[in-house]
Amino acid sequence: MTEWVVDARDITKVYQMGEVEVHALRGLSVRIAPGEILSIMGPSGSGKSTLMNILGCLDRPTSGDYYLNGESVANLNDDQLAEIRNRGVGFVFQSFNLLPRATALANVELPMRYSALNGRNKKEVATQALEAVGLGDRIHHRPNELSGGQMQRVAIARALVNDPAIIMADEPTGNLDTTSGDEIMGLLKNLNKERGTTLIIVTHDPEIAELTNRVISIRDGRIEE
Amino acid sequence: MNFGSSLIEALESLTSNKVRTALTMLGIIIGVGAVIAMLAIGTGTQQAIVGEIEGIGTNLLFVATNYDDVTNPVPISIQDAEAIADPVYAPSVAASAPVIQGSAEVTYSGEGTNASLIGVTEDYSKVQSVELTEGSFFNSTQISGLASAAILGSNIADDLFGRKDGLVGETVRISGQPFRVVGILKEEGGADFGNSPDDQVLVPLTTAQARLLSRKVKDQVDIIYVSAVSSEAVKSAEDEITLILRDRHKLKLEENDFYILNQDLLLDFASTVTGVFTIFLGGVAGISLLVGGIGIMNIMLVSVTERTKEIGLRKAVGAKKRDILVQFLIESSLLSVIGGVIGIILGWLLSLGIGRIAAANDFLLNPAITLNAVLLATLFSAAVGLFFGIYPANRAANLEPIEALRTE
Repeated sequence: MTEWVVDARDITKVYQMGEVEVHALRGLSVRIAPGEILSIMGPSGSGKSTLMNILGCLDRPTSGDYYLNGESVANLNDDQLAEIRNRGVGFVFQSFNLLPRATALANVELPMRYSALNGRNKKEVATQALEAVGLGDRIHHRPNELSGGQMQRVAIARALVNDPAIIMADEPTGNLDTTSGDEIMGLLKNLNKERGTTLIIVTHDPEIAELTNRVISIRDGRIEE
Repeated sequence: MNFGSSLIEALESLTSNKVRTALTMLGIIIGVGAVIAMLAIGTGTQQAIVGEIEGIGTNLLFVATNYDDVTNPVPISIQDAEAIADPVYAPSVAASAPVIQGSAEVTYSGEGTNASLIGVTEDYSKVQSVELTEGSFFNSTQISGLASAAILGSNIADDLFGRKDGLVGETVRISGQPFRVVGILKEEGGADFGNSPDDQVLVPLTTAQARLLSRKVKDQVDIIYVSAVSSEAVKSAEDEITLILRDRHKLKLEENDFYILNQDLLLDFASTVTGVFTIFLGGVAGISLLVGGIGIMNIMLVSVTERTKEIGLRKAVGAKKRDILVQFLIESSLLSVIGGVIGIILGWLLSLGIGRIAAANDFLLNPAITLNAVLLATLFSAAVGLFFGIYPANRAANLEPIEALRTE
C-alpha cells in the first residue's frame, strides 16, 4: 500500500482560449490518503472541475507531477490514461451520463466492456454492483424508467464495478432533491466504509462538504485551507 | 471489447433510428442493385451476341473488299468467287457464294415495306442455312436467266400479305419492278441485331446486279461467303483464298486489297465491344453506389455529433481510441453490407424483370448474374462503408473526453 492515493505536486493548467491564456490552476499541490473522504469546494470558475479532471486522468496538467497510487501519470499516452480511467478511477457526474438506450445492467457493464480482464462474468458482477446500490429489482429498466436518485445509483454502480481505488463525484447531488441527495451521500459514505474506496467529491454545497473528512477550498486556481 | 458485443451494440444503435437507417441504406441498396442489374444486362448481351456469332458456323469465312486500308482496291467479283470454289487450287474450300446486299422497297397492292435485299447465287444455300416453308430455292436457270423471282422473309410476307403461306405465284414489286414469289423463308424469330432472315428478300444475284443494286464494276459483289470443308480446314482455306485472290488481283508486294474474316475474329471483336459496353454500364451504376457511400458518411457524421456526449462518457469509463473507432466503423460497415445484400437481391429481381420484358418483346437478351458481379458488389459496398466510415469514426475517436462530456 502506498502512502498516498493521490499525490499531486505543483500542478498548473493553462487553457488557450483564442488569443487569451486562461490559468485555471496555478501551482496546486494536494495529497490524499487511502480511504479518505475529501471534498473540493470553490465558486464556479475557481478551477475545481479542472482539478478533478486532472486527478481523474481525463485531462493532463500543463506542468507539475502527479502520482496516482504511487505511479507517475505525466508521461502516459492516451491509451494508458484510458486504462487508468477504466480501472483506477470511477466517475459519478452531476447529470448521471447514462446511455439512454441501454438498460441499467448494460450501463453498469459498460466499463467492463473496455477492460482487458475478460475472465469475470460481466452480468454477474454488474448485477452485484446494482444490488450493492439497492437497485437489484431494477436491473432491466432503462434510464427513462428510473427516478433521478435511481439513475445516480446506476451511475455509482457503474463507477465501482471495476473496483477502483478512487471514486470521483462531480456535484453528485446537484440534480437531485434533498432526500435523494442525502441517500446518495449515504450510499457513497457507506461504500467508503465497506470497501475503503477513496472519495473525492466536487461540490459548492457546504452541507455536502460537512459530511466529508476534509475540505479543500479552491479560489483562482490555488488552495486556501 | 469483444466483437460480438460490438456488433450487437451497433445493431441496437442502428435500429434506434429506423427511418434514418433505412434511408441511408437505400442509397447503397440502389447503388448495388444498379451495379448488379447493369452487369447482368451487359453479360447477357455479350452471351447473346456470342451465341449469334457461334450460330453462323465455325467453318464459315467472309471475303470482302478492303476499302479501308488500300487505295483503289480491285473489288471482289463473281469470277473471284468461282476461282475460290476451284477444287484444284482451293482443296479446303467446300463452297463459295457471292452476294450483294442492299435495301429496297417491296410493295404489294398498296402495302409496302422496307426489306434487306440480298442478291444470291444457287450456292448461297450451301453456305447459309436456307429453309423454306414453301416453294423452292433458285435453280441455275433462274440465276443465269436473270429471272424476276424472289424469296420473301416471313416478316416481309406478313407485312405485305398479312399471312405467311400460300404465297408462291403471287407477284410483288421490288423498287417498282414486278417479281414473282417462288418461296417463303422459315421464320427464325428472336432479334438477329438487324440481320434476321425474317426481314430479308432474296433475289438472283444477276437480277439484282442488272436491275436493283447496280455496282460500279461489272460482276462486282459485296461479300463472298466461303465454307471450308471442315472447321480444322478454316486456316488452310484462308491461305488458299489469299493466294488465289492475290494472283487474280495481280498483287506483287502490295498488301491484300481484300480481307478475310472468320468466326474467331468476329468473336474477338464482339467480346471487345460488349466488354466495353459492360464496363460502361457498370461504371455508371458504380457512380450511384459512390453517392450511396457519401450518404453513409453524411449520416455517420451527424451521428458522431449527436453522440458526442456518449463518446465522452465511453472514454471516461475507459474506452480507448481504437474502441470508439471500431464502434463507428462497425456501424457504417453494417449499413453498407446489409444494404449491399438487399441490393444484390434487388438487382437480381431487376434483371429477372428485364429478362422477362426482353423475352416478351422477342428480344434475345437473358441477363446473367455472375458470381464475379456479386462478389464485386459485396466487396465494393463493404469497402464503401469502411472508406466513408473512416472519416466520421476517426473524428469520434479523436474527441477529447472532457470536451465531449461538456457538450449537451
